[in-house]
Amino acid sequence: MEFPQDLKYTEEHEWVRASRDLAVVGITDYAQSELGDVVYVELPAVGARVKKGASFGVVESVKSVSDLFAPVSGEVVRVNGALADHPEKVNEDPYGEGWMIEIRMDDPSELEDLLSAAEYAARVE
Amino acid sequence: MSERQAQETGARGLVGLPEPTIYDRSRPGRRGVRPPRPDVPERPVEELAAGAPLRREPPALPEVSENQVVRHYTRLSQLNYAVDTGFYPLGSCTMKYNPRINEEMASLPGFAQLHPAVPEEAAQGALQLMWELERYLAEIAGMARVSLQPAAGAQGELCGMLIIRKYHESRGERRRKVLVPDSAHGTNPATAAMIGFDVVEVASDARGGVDLADLSRHLDEDVAALMLTNPNTLGLFDENIVEVARRVHAVGGLLYYDGANANAIMGVSRPGDMGFDVVHFNLHKTFSTPHGMGGPGSGPVGVKEALVPFLPVPLVERRGGQFVLDYDRPQTIGRLRSAYGNFGVLVRAYTYIRALGAEGLRRVSEDAVLNANYLLHLLRDTFDVPFDRLCMHEFVVSATPVKQRTGVRALDIAKRLLDHGYHSPTVYFPLIVDEALMIEPTETETKETLEDYAQALKAIVAEAEENPEALRQAPTRTPVRRLDEAGAARRPVVRLDRG
Repeated sequence: MEFPQDLKYTEEHEWVRASRDLAVVGITDYAQSELGDVVYVELPAVGARVKKGASFGVVESVKSVSDLFAPVSGEVVRVNGALADHPEKVNEDPYGEGWMIEIRMDDPSELEDLLSAAEYAARVE
Repeated sequence: MSERQAQETGARGLVGLPEPTIYDRSRPGRRGVRPPRPDVPERPVEELAAGAPLRREPPALPEVSENQVVRHYTRLSQLNYAVDTGFYPLGSCTMKYNPRINEEMASLPGFAQLHPAVPEEAAQGALQLMWELERYLAEIAGMARVSLQPAAGAQGELCGMLIIRKYHESRGERRRKVLVPDSAHGTNPATAAMIGFDVVEVASDARGGVDLADLSRHLDEDVAALMLTNPNTLGLFDENIVEVARRVHAVGGLLYYDGANANAIMGVSRPGDMGFDVVHFNLHKTFSTPHGMGGPGSGPVGVKEALVPFLPVPLVERRGGQFVLDYDRPQTIGRLRSAYGNFGVLVRAYTYIRALGAEGLRRVSEDAVLNANYLLHLLRDTFDVPFDRLCMHEFVVSATPVKQRTGVRALDIAKRLLDHGYHSPTVYFPLIVDEALMIEPTETETKETLEDYAQALKAIVAEAEENPEALRQAPTRTPVRRLDEAGAARRPVVRLDRG
């Protein structure tokens, strides 16, 4: 199972790819594997506010329905609209085409609270 | 265990050829029935229904002969897996045997052909049955009165929670929160949310019950109710239930009992005595009325004395030796269902209760618990048992160790069971157990059936160790092979393409 070194992780199995004040968010390889085949992803609209630790959307698989939790607070500036027609991208490419939203962070120092790849891997393996 | 042939299972229940759709049988011009020529003058439909929206083309109905119709639907019925054909241990669903005497009683012309609009004087027998059934259910639940109206469990929940809201309103309170444990049936939070309550999740403790500390963290004067099943969805009796009730009542909240698991407690313990204020029963589970895939079900709701004024109308009352329907109940939440609920289902449940009596009902629950514990015992070394204590009428095991060793998941095991001629248990529920298999054998199964089922599960786990790839192809002996569930959910095809 793959956990790229350049990403940050949450205990709820989201990943973050940050550059300056922007953070791209998705769910981890472990999360997609546990969920099984993803059939629907509900995401906020561009312009919506998300709050660190609060739900920003829902991912539905053949097995279950799970909340998605925001790793950082801020404003949604981009949403992966392709997931509406191709939710399987979450399974096939969780760190690439399966990305979910991009957040303009209110406070990039919130990133310091997140887990490193090694810390996250230790939790799920 | 001996090399015995599976005896009473539906070992060939799911085997057969796939049946094409009725449209595949269609040939232009073929007819089943030819109506006689009209003996009145024919007139164009446009003239008879002038101004009405009329279709330009006839509906694309299948064109088949009568025996093709009969054979098609008979074959489909033979592909059903049912409690009448085999063991059906679908956890949380109580797929118990439905005694045939229930059907005989419900077919009596005085019940079956009774029109709901006849005057009360002409329906005294039916009203007496409802009056008596209400009292039996109240006695079993430990409640003051019961409404027989709700058409199924989910409507029972809606009814019960509307009563709770109205109770608080009658005291001038607008409470917003409903507490639901993390092991709850999905219908509980769905019901609360549908009525407009905020749903708050309460954690389970290490023994699988409500975590008292977490409960207290969420308790305040804004709590309208706690919704709970006991035994809970892990098949475990909550040992702290009296303390849970005390704490919820201390802040003015009420307790709602989801009767989904009542098959474990009949004649042994009563929700009313545990401290619950509102109860719904599923007659189609606990009281052996037919069940599943469209019903009709029945979800009577019982309440304690303080909530009686809010019950739906009408209630059956006895006045001067006559049974009457009482609509004069000013604080009622209103009517929930046309007529008087699913009356035919009520007749079956009444028959079940009368046929077994108090002793027999207690024995049902005792045997249901005994069967579940025996099957759990047989499977203890095959799966992980996350909360390993005496279970009630059902239990939950985890296939996580199997998955870690072989990559085979609970879903693959469930699919392979079909090849062994069995219905799968419930899988992936409750959500707090990974790779969950939730097994409810019910009281009506023989020791041999339980042993054969355990043997099938053990054989599947052994196969997982030897040939996991083959298992992921299961089922292979059923008329239809493994379905593409993800594809069906991602790109549903909801119209038949007739080419």
